[in-house]
Amino acid sequence: MLYAILCYHDEDFVGSWSKEQDAAVMSKIAVVQDRLKKEGRLGPAARLLPTTAATTLRKDGPPLVLDGPYAETKEQLLGFYIVDCENLDAAVDVARDLGAANPGGAYEIRPVGLFEPGASAK
Amino acid sequence: MTDTAWIDATLTSARPQAVGALLRYFRNLDTAEEAFQNACLRALKSWPQNGPPRDAAAWLIMVGRNAAIDEVRRSHKQEALPDDAVISDLDDAEEELADRLDGSHYRDDILRLLFICCHPDLPATQQIALALRIVSGLSVKQIARAFLVSEPAMEQRITRAKAKVAVAGVPFETPGAIERSERLAGVAAMIYLIFNEGYSASGETSEIRKPLCEEAIRLARLLLRLFQSEPEIMGLTALLLLQHARAAARFDASGELILLDDQDRTLWNQKLITEGVALIDKAMRHRRSGPYQVQAAIAALHSRAAKPEDTDWAQIDLLYGALEVMQPSPVVTLNRAVAASKVRGPEAALQMIEPLADRLSNYFHYFGVRGAFLMQLGRNEEARVAFDRAIALANTSAEAAHIRMHLDRLIRDSQPSGAASTKNKK
Repeated sequence: MLYAILCYHDEDFVGSWSKEQDAAVMSKIAVVQDRLKKEGRLGPAARLLPTTAATTLRKDGPPLVLDGPYAETKEQLLGFYIVDCENLDAAVDVARDLGAANPGGAYEIRPVGLFEPGASAK
Repeated sequence: MTDTAWIDATLTSARPQAVGALLRYFRNLDTAEEAFQNACLRALKSWPQNGPPRDAAAWLIMVGRNAAIDEVRRSHKQEALPDDAVISDLDDAEEELADRLDGSHYRDDILRLLFICCHPDLPATQQIALALRIVSGLSVKQIARAFLVSEPAMEQRITRAKAKVAVAGVPFETPGAIERSERLAGVAAMIYLIFNEGYSASGETSEIRKPLCEEAIRLARLLLRLFQSEPEIMGLTALLLLQHARAAARFDASGELILLDDQDRTLWNQKLITEGVALIDKAMRHRRSGPYQVQAAIAALHSRAAKPEDTDWAQIDLLYGALEVMQPSPVVTLNRAVAASKVRGPEAALQMIEPLADRLSNYFHYFGVRGAFLMQLGRNEEARVAFDRAIALANTSAEAAHIRMHLDRLIRDSQPSGAASTKNKK
């Protein structure tokens, strides 16, 4: 069984770390990631840019593009895609296509800051 | 992270929200700050034992508010003149505050807190000092250090600024749409000022003043979180991130400024560039351009060029053209001319800056740029005159040193074929 581990934290708090604090946390995380990679158990991992860079496509009616992260609590997180796009316009287009195939709810589109492809993405 | 480092980071990030709410509640800056200080002291005692509260800002607001109310009650007891009216007023407000704790009022609280710092009666330096003290919570000592003045002088500057703000009165009514967007523009300008205080520092002081750049970025991000659909706030944040991304490459070991063309681009912070480019990308989708967005787009084009010769000067020329229309200024035209010289050659660029001569007659960069164009055209004697003037007007030793480098090159190049050399530089 593959499991997704979704990371939640207060971005104001994380954003107030100094470069050294940030690097210290990242290097501790790298130790755990390296172990998982050696065991062939790590799939793709990503560190997302802050929610200030987020855009949301609402698709419960006619598709509507809004600035900012997905903020409702009515729906639950059901899955995610990683797509390679030239720019935000292209990413919104992909989300529109997906949304046309699967209306209802919303997609939050967030640029990926750091991407670790992992060793075992089957 | 250690316990104390964790608590410090939490208090710092909760500060604008907490002080903003306490200010709305007490309508007095000193009381609000004192209440926040008290709450922080209690947090330092309580959090290591009881663990972190779920919502640190709400905790600090509640505890700070209660501490200040106790203070009011105590002082009234000492005076032996209990004023029931005051106390019951506060009790009423308590319920109202509890209602609002999860509300959208936070947004206007923080905006108000920032906005009172950029009161038009305050000179720029006081605005910045006040914002760093009240919103960012830097100590007077830290601010004094960043401004390269003594601690008592900075203390006095902040006290004066606070007195002016108190006289002017704090705008407590919830702003309407137009008022809000005016406040937003004022606050954005102030954040840019804070950034420039750090960014324009010369080599010797750039390390000391770097925290100003970081604080400005933190405030810009905060503002963008509150106003998510404002393309100019996206542009401002992007601009600061993209400029700050070059920090490590801007000065050499002896503190001399390194020009963009000569910077080691591998030292640029790619993480900040990625975020800046993502934000400008997002802003431009709105098709509501503005000066911050255009400047950020220019910075983004520079940051995308792995080598100076990869720079898309034609696009930068167009963007400066757009900026000239939005914010006409001789300095913008001067910058545009630099881009134009790469696209259309030094002759055309020189023509662009000729009309600026009067208005920029005391501006270092004008003569530096003019000298460079003339040198490219092989008009070495005129170039030398311009460079001499530039050196006389240089603001920092780094600027003077840079021009002297040009002069040395002029002299070197003019040796073999004499002063009338027509050799073209590029």
